[in-house]
Amino acid sequence: MQTALSIAMDALAYGMALFIICIGLSLTMGLMRVVNLAHGAFAMIGGYIASYAARDLGLGYAFGIVLAMIGTVIVAVPLERLLYRRIYDRSELSQVLMTIGITFCVIGITNYFFGPTLKTIPLPAELARSVDLGFRSIAGHRLFVIASGLVVAGGLWVLIERTGFGIHLRAAVENAPMARALGIRTEIIYAASFALAIGLAAFGGVVGAEFLPIEPYYALRYMVTFLVVVSVGGAGSITGALAACLLLGAIDVTGRYLVPDFGNFFFYLAVILVVCAFPRGLMGRAQ
Amino acid sequence: MTKGFLNRWLSAGALALAGALTLGASAMADTIKVGIIGPFSGPFALQGKNFQAGAEAWLAQNGKSVAGHDIELVYRDLPTANPQQARALAQELIVRDKVQYLGGVYFTPDAMAITPLLKQGNVPLVIFNAATSAIMTSSPLVVRTSFTTAQTTTPLGKAAVERGVKKFVSVVSDYGPGVDAEGAFKKAIEAAGGEVKESIRIPLNTTEFSPIMQRIRDAGAEGVFAFLPSGPPTLGFVKAFSDTGLKKAGVKLFATGDLTQESDLPALGEAASGMITSFHYAVSHESEINKRFVAAAEKAIGAPDLLSFPAVGAYDGMFVISKMIAATAGKQDAEKAVEAVKGLGWESPRGPVKIDPETRHITQTIYLREVTKDAQGRWINKEIASVPDQKDPGLAK
Repeated sequence: MQTALSIAMDALAYGMALFIICIGLSLTMGLMRVVNLAHGAFAMIGGYIASYAARDLGLGYAFGIVLAMIGTVIVAVPLERLLYRRIYDRSELSQVLMTIGITFCVIGITNYFFGPTLKTIPLPAELARSVDLGFRSIAGHRLFVIASGLVVAGGLWVLIERTGFGIHLRAAVENAPMARALGIRTEIIYAASFALAIGLAAFGGVVGAEFLPIEPYYALRYMVTFLVVVSVGGAGSITGALAACLLLGAIDVTGRYLVPDFGNFFFYLAVILVVCAFPRGLMGRAQ
Repeated sequence: MTKGFLNRWLSAGALALAGALTLGASAMADTIKVGIIGPFSGPFALQGKNFQAGAEAWLAQNGKSVAGHDIELVYRDLPTANPQQARALAQELIVRDKVQYLGGVYFTPDAMAITPLLKQGNVPLVIFNAATSAIMTSSPLVVRTSFTTAQTTTPLGKAAVERGVKKFVSVVSDYGPGVDAEGAFKKAIEAAGGEVKESIRIPLNTTEFSPIMQRIRDAGAEGVFAFLPSGPPTLGFVKAFSDTGLKKAGVKLFATGDLTQESDLPALGEAASGMITSFHYAVSHESEINKRFVAAAEKAIGAPDLLSFPAVGAYDGMFVISKMIAATAGKQDAEKAVEAVKGLGWESPRGPVKIDPETRHITQTIYLREVTKDAQGRWINKEIASVPDQKDPGLAK
C-alpha cells in the first residue's frame, strides 16, 4: 500500500511536469494547426535562461522562471513573425521540415555558446527540502510541480472558455476569414497564443528540469515523448492533455518499478492501445 | 585503335600520378601523421575535446617532433557510435592521408570496426578510451591507454565490504558496458563476502529514477552499485538517490568514476557529495606531473571545468605513439612499433602505469575516491585509497 501510494505520487509529479511542457504544443497543434517540432527547443531555451540567471547570476529560482518565460517569448516572437506565419496554412510536411530545422539550429547554437555539459537550475531551499508526507518523503520541488500543473490547467481553461480572448481565439480557429470579417485581428490572436504556448514551454522546461535535465540535445531527445502525449490527449484539448499526461506518467512510472528491464515497452503499448481506440486522442475533436 | 589510344592516355596519367605521389611522399618524409578519431561534435563533443586537449597538452610539453620527425595530428569527427563510418574514416586516414598511426576512438563498436584494417594498412591503433576488454583480442596491433569497465569496477567490491556494506542492489544501463559492470561487480562483491540481492537493468534513455529508488528501498539494500553513461541519466540518478531520501536513510552509493567525471560535478554538486567511486584517474590527483599536465590540458581545452578522464588517455596515448616513432626511426612498421611498447612502463599523470606485454592493455593503479569539496570550494573526486598494479580482469586467463 505504502509502495503503491509512493509510486502514485511519483507518477503524478512526472505526469504534471510533462503536462506543463506539452500543453503549449497541444495548443499550437490543436488551435493553430501548426506541428511545432521546435516546441522542445523553446522549453530548452527557457531552461538555459533560468539556469544562467539562477546559477551564474545568482538571481534566485522565481526570478529565473520569470526571466526564462519572458526571454523565450522574446526569442520566439520574431521567429513567429518571420517564419511561422508563412507556414500557418501550408501542409504538415512543410511545417515539420521548417520546425525541425529550427530545432537543429537551436541545438547547434546552444551547444556552441553553453557547451555540451548539463546545466542545472539551483532550487531555493524551500523546494530542495524533502517534505514528509507520512508514508514517504518527497522532494518539495515535486509538490511544486504538481501544484503548478494544476494552476496551469485551471488558468488555461478559464482563459480559453471564459474570457473574451478565448472567444476570439476559438472563432479565429473555427473560421479565420469569417472572424476577420467580423473585425477580429487574427494575426494578433495567433501571435498572442503562440507567445502563450512558448511561455508555457519555457515554464515547463524550467520546472521540469529535475525530470528532464537541460542539455543541448534536450530538444531532440524528448521530442517523441512530447508528440506522443499530444496525440494521445488529442490536440488542442486541455483536459485531454492532462488525462494523457497522468495516464502515461502513471504507466511509465509503474512499469519502471515493476519490470525495469522492459523499459519503455508499457509506455508505447499504452500509446498504441489509446490511439487504436481513440484515433483523435482521448479528447480530440473531429475536424 | 581508340582502345589503344585510351590505354596510352591512362598509363600516362597513372605514371604522372605515381610521380606526383612519390614527389609528395619524399617532400613530406619528415612529417609523421597521426590520425585521431573521436566525437568532436554532437552529444559527446566534450569527450572529443578532451582527446584533443590531452594530445595537444602532450605536444605542448614535449615539442612537435620526436627524434627528428615532425608529428602532425589529423582529427576526424565521429559524433556517435557508428561502426561503418568509423571504418570509412579509418580507411580514408590510412589510404588518402597516409597516417602512420591511428589514435582516439571513444566507443567500443567503432574500435571493433577499425581493428580489421590495421594489418593490411600496416598501422597500429592506440585506443584513448573505448573500454571493452574484447577489443584487445581482435588485433595484435592495438594498444590501449585508457581503462576497462571490469578493471575499474573490481576493486570496488572489496572496498565496499571493508566499509561494512554487504547487501547490494546493482543498477546498470542496459547496454554492453553496463552489463560488463554488473557482472564484474557481482563477481568482486561475492569474492569479498557480500551479495547482490537484485540486479536491475534500465534502458539507456531513462531520466526519471524514482521508481528505481523505490525498488532499492523495498529490496532492503545497504548499498547501491550504479553504472550509467555520463550525462542526463547520471544527473537524474544521483539526484533521485538523494531526493527520495535513500541517501539520508544511510544507503551507500558506489559507482565507477564514469558517473562522477569532473565535468559533471558542478551540476551534480551536493547531491553527489559522499559518493564513493573507483577509477583510474582524478583531475585532482596529487602529483607534480599531474599538476603540469592539468595546467597544459586546461589551457588546450579553454575552460578548466571541462577537463576529465579522456584527456589523460589521449596524453598517455601520445606518449606511447612517440615511443613507437622513436623505436621505428620514423619508418612505417606497425608490428615493430607495437613490439617496442610491450612492457613499456612510465610515470603518467594518473600514477605509475605499464603496457602489459601480453594483453597490450594498460596496467595501472585504481583509486577509490570520494566526492567532496576542495579548499577553493570546487567539487572534486578526492582520492582516499589506491589499489596498485591492476591489470584488466576481463582479459586475465
